[in-house]
Amino acid sequence: MTPAFTRIRSARRAIITLLLAAAVYEAAARSGYFAPALLPTIPTIATTLFGMLADGTMLWHAGYTLYRVLFGFALSIVVGLPLGIMMARFQPVERFLLPLVSALMPIPSFALVPLFMLWFGIGNLTTIMIVFYAATFPVLFNTWTGVRSVNPLWLRAAGAMGADEHRLFWKVIIPGASPFIITGLRQAFLRCWIAVVGAEMIAASDWGLGWVIFDAKEFLNADIMMASLAVIGGIGFVFERLVFGSLERATVMRWGMMRMAKG
Amino acid sequence: MPARGRDVARWRVAARNVFPFAVVGGIWEIVAHLGVFPPRLFPPLEAVAASFVELSLNGILLHHTVETVLRLLAGFALAAVVGVAIGIAMGRSRWAEDVFLPLVSIAAPIPGLAYAPLFLLWFGLGNLSSILLVGFVSMFAVIFNTWTGVKAVKEIWVRSAQAMGADNKRLFRHVILPGALPYIFTGLRLGLAQAWRILVAVEMLAAVPWGLGWLIFGAREFLNTDVMLAGITVIAVIGLLLEKQVFQRLENYTIVRWGMMAS
Repeated sequence: MTPAFTRIRSARRAIITLLLAAAVYEAAARSGYFAPALLPTIPTIATTLFGMLADGTMLWHAGYTLYRVLFGFALSIVVGLPLGIMMARFQPVERFLLPLVSALMPIPSFALVPLFMLWFGIGNLTTIMIVFYAATFPVLFNTWTGVRSVNPLWLRAAGAMGADEHRLFWKVIIPGASPFIITGLRQAFLRCWIAVVGAEMIAASDWGLGWVIFDAKEFLNADIMMASLAVIGGIGFVFERLVFGSLERATVMRWGMMRMAKG
Repeated sequence: MPARGRDVARWRVAARNVFPFAVVGGIWEIVAHLGVFPPRLFPPLEAVAASFVELSLNGILLHHTVETVLRLLAGFALAAVVGVAIGIAMGRSRWAEDVFLPLVSIAAPIPGLAYAPLFLLWFGLGNLSSILLVGFVSMFAVIFNTWTGVKAVKEIWVRSAQAMGADNKRLFRHVILPGALPYIFTGLRLGLAQAWRILVAVEMLAAVPWGLGWLIFGAREFLNTDVMLAGITVIAVIGLLLEKQVFQRLENYTIVRWGMMAS
């Protein structure tokens, strides 16, 4: 059996599985055994999805969610990255921050939602702060690990070749730590995406993908829920694969810091 | 005396770890007593400690904690059993891999909480849907890691066991399972962390009568910020204990003892 043959067989089986799963779902939905409001058929879901895309409501929901995610994520980079670098470079900073970080990290971001709702009100600010909280720790922790694990040989070699502090930092430490930093950003984004959905559900405002799912429950609109689930999954997938994949290719892989692992 | 020197060093480390908390606590106290924010929203630490002691003494906090931990264990047990079974099947059989991989890779990247309204519609408010959701969400980390672990068992171990005449059952029990165990434990650990995070949020949405998530969410209605902070502290401590105590012990007992991993 050639590898090409097994790959084709895998793909064929994957398609058959998905079709079969869809067929089972469709049969269950049409059997009339379950309430159609709870188990909408696939054409209904598709119609709802296209309807919401066409009249722009889905785009607004997605836009609001993305705005909150990107704002919180950017904030976490602005705070987490410098702190992580400082923790790795200066011991007093590390000694002061490390116990605090280890104590705050195990608190799930959702546990803070009610508190933040009291402090910041319902709406954008609370959601952004929750996203920020969820994303900061992976960024900070990975930056700290990455800067510490830069090969000391490179530092000494660059020093021996006459690099000053400034160049050492930009030309050696930052590229050397970048695989870790990018991993941290990736983890942070995943966390943001999880946190934003939960925060939008609990600290409800009028827009947002998490809010629309939770709101649809009130009216038994399972088709809207499924359509929004598809959009949430789709956006997450696009970011994970396209944005971070290309970021990795443009930096660490081009610099030869990391091999292409698998497809 | 070397023993005394060690004692002094230990005290110094403890003091160094406590110092940042003392600073942050001091700033918190000053801000709370200055009255910049209303004390209902920003209570001084002694108020938080007082409500913590009061809630602990009359057993309310304990009841909430026990309900939450039971729910966590039920959901996580579900995830562990089903996840390890599917993961092993996927690692051992090409057919199972081709069937399950597409389903798992579509369902996994959607944030767990996005499924919550759907589960609430299907299984109603309360315990059943929260346990099922926690199990469902934390299952994916277990599946992926078990699958990787079984595939990563060294080919040479399998072949040498076969050459020494091990049948399928013994091969599985004495070679594959111990070989995959470090990965399985990583999966369980990730899954447990995820279960804990999701559970706190689910308890807010699923309107369960008791539970730490519900405690902090309910406290918001009455502006009991001190109760919320006490609840968040318990959540953080349990998260830390699950990570440090439960799994470290389990790992020491199995894979470290077998020499598969340095302690």
